[in-house]
Amino acid sequence: MVQAVAPAMIDDATIERSPGYWSTVWRRFRRDPVAMIALGVIVLLILMAILAPYIAPHDPFRGATLRRLRPPGTPGYLLGTDELGRDMLSRLIYGARLSLFMGVTPVFLALFIGSAIGITAGYVGGIVNTLLMRTIDIIFAFPSVLLAIALSGAMGAGIVNGLISLTIVFIPPIARIAESVTTSVRSLDYVEAARASGAGALSIVRKHVLGNVLGPIFVYAMSLIAVSMILASGLSFLGLGVRPPEPEWGLMLNTLRTALYTQPMLCALPGIMIFITSISFNLLTDGLRSAMDIKA
Amino acid sequence: MLTYIAKRVIYTLPIMLGVAIVCFLLVHIAPGDPLVSVLPPDASEQLRQQMMALYGFDRPYAEQFLKWLGRALGGDLGTSIRTNRPVVAEVGKAVSNTLMLAALATVIGFVLGSLFGFVAGSFRDTWIDKVASAISVTGVSVPHYWLGMVLVIIFSAQLGWLPPTGAGPGGSDNWVWDWAHIRHMILPAVTMSVIPMGIIARTVRALVAEILSQEFIAGLKAKGMSAFGIFRHVVKNAAPTALAVMGIQLGYLLGGSILIETVFSWPGTGLLLNDAIFQRDLPLLQGTILVLACFFVVLNLIVDVMQTAIDPRIARS
Repeated sequence: MVQAVAPAMIDDATIERSPGYWSTVWRRFRRDPVAMIALGVIVLLILMAILAPYIAPHDPFRGATLRRLRPPGTPGYLLGTDELGRDMLSRLIYGARLSLFMGVTPVFLALFIGSAIGITAGYVGGIVNTLLMRTIDIIFAFPSVLLAIALSGAMGAGIVNGLISLTIVFIPPIARIAESVTTSVRSLDYVEAARASGAGALSIVRKHVLGNVLGPIFVYAMSLIAVSMILASGLSFLGLGVRPPEPEWGLMLNTLRTALYTQPMLCALPGIMIFITSISFNLLTDGLRSAMDIKA
Repeated sequence: MLTYIAKRVIYTLPIMLGVAIVCFLLVHIAPGDPLVSVLPPDASEQLRQQMMALYGFDRPYAEQFLKWLGRALGGDLGTSIRTNRPVVAEVGKAVSNTLMLAALATVIGFVLGSLFGFVAGSFRDTWIDKVASAISVTGVSVPHYWLGMVLVIIFSAQLGWLPPTGAGPGGSDNWVWDWAHIRHMILPAVTMSVIPMGIIARTVRALVAEILSQEFIAGLKAKGMSAFGIFRHVVKNAAPTALAVMGIQLGYLLGGSILIETVFSWPGTGLLLNDAIFQRDLPLLQGTILVLACFFVVLNLIVDVMQTAIDPRIARS
């Protein structure tokens, strides 16, 4: 079997992949206007978070009882003021920092931890696989929103507790994908051949397994960011996660609920920011997926 | 088929046990004293010890767990610290309220999602597909708790057509199937249906596009089959997967109702969880999560078994 495949392998190796895989993906991605706009919006949001102190017109923490709940369009306060008289525009700009951080970090943490668990389980196999994957199954048996809220509810409000809960929620699906890809790659002929020719476990994982696993997992993780943004802001909206007076979109949505009847436009604003971020990440993932030709 | 069901049920048992362990541990990862909400801050050490013994918190974890599990299997989830009523009674009533809401939301989501997904998949890469796909990506991207607030602003605050909160007139929590009560259900159910609508639309679109590109469809067309006949074939092939996705979505809605129930003060499990978390009512928190998680596990089992019954190829793979 190995002999039958060997000539084809040599052919593959000698064909020069002139443009390279990622530049092909990028070329196809660039032709997708919706995905490019989504990427542009995300870059702008990240710039907004980084440059917040330079572009925010006011101090996001400084309020004044005299100018509470001004509607958008008030002179000097473009998007109005919140329930403590703080400038909405400045708080929305500063809010990008914590909101993006709380939404993106758990996905990346879960990407590392989940792939490590999945690759270990898939590569080692046997009892290690059973132990790791059955534990993952148990976490996966909880509906994600319920688990995130149960964990951060039990641990109490706070940024770190919120990050831990969300990371735990996102580990199982990533570990499962990593495990199934690793298991299938492990028994491929060229990996068997590498093992037979004396390659160590670490170098096989690095050269052959990671190359196959990272693509699908990365795209999957990207699609989780949209969910994570909504969930992270949701935690703060409930009073878990970020605590006042920090500017965070979900938390702002919560504190502005008191103004639902008096200043409806004002209390809709933070939600629009969450929506824009989440839909941009979803469209970016869709574009990436079709550029990489991965099925949903 | 029977062996498959038996295998699947046996496989579920250790998962259930694991779920119970996680629910039990939740109380012990909680910082501080589990009795903090019942004892006055200046309680004597002696009183504290007595209460610890009363609730069994002074025993080793393994013993506590087995006792708790034994009682839970017998239908006793302990007593709510806040209301002093059995947790089972509190959860039971809330579950039926949430189930009602989630079921309605799933039906709305399934009907609209299938419609958009079907249209998008049938007219692939035309403007109709783009519009339908835009609606479905909006559905999965919108923060639903915010959408709920926006709907309240429009339909309650501005137009005054529908009530903003509660499950009945005057805050009554005894549900009756009349217009006065159903009115309260419309906004939360529509808000809740948005995520399943988006997910089902995306699934159905991919399914329909896949089925339409298969050879047997070309064969049927060549044979002269009418558009309706082909439609029937597509539906038959797409239905098992679409229904399975719907079942799982119902489970997610049941477990994830806390945000929407908080926005609309809907007296279900979500609102109960909210109370349990912020009043540090740990037995109630533990019990509610256990019931919801078990619901989810059983629902997954049912969906799996039903899918296999419709399409026996799954059991063999």
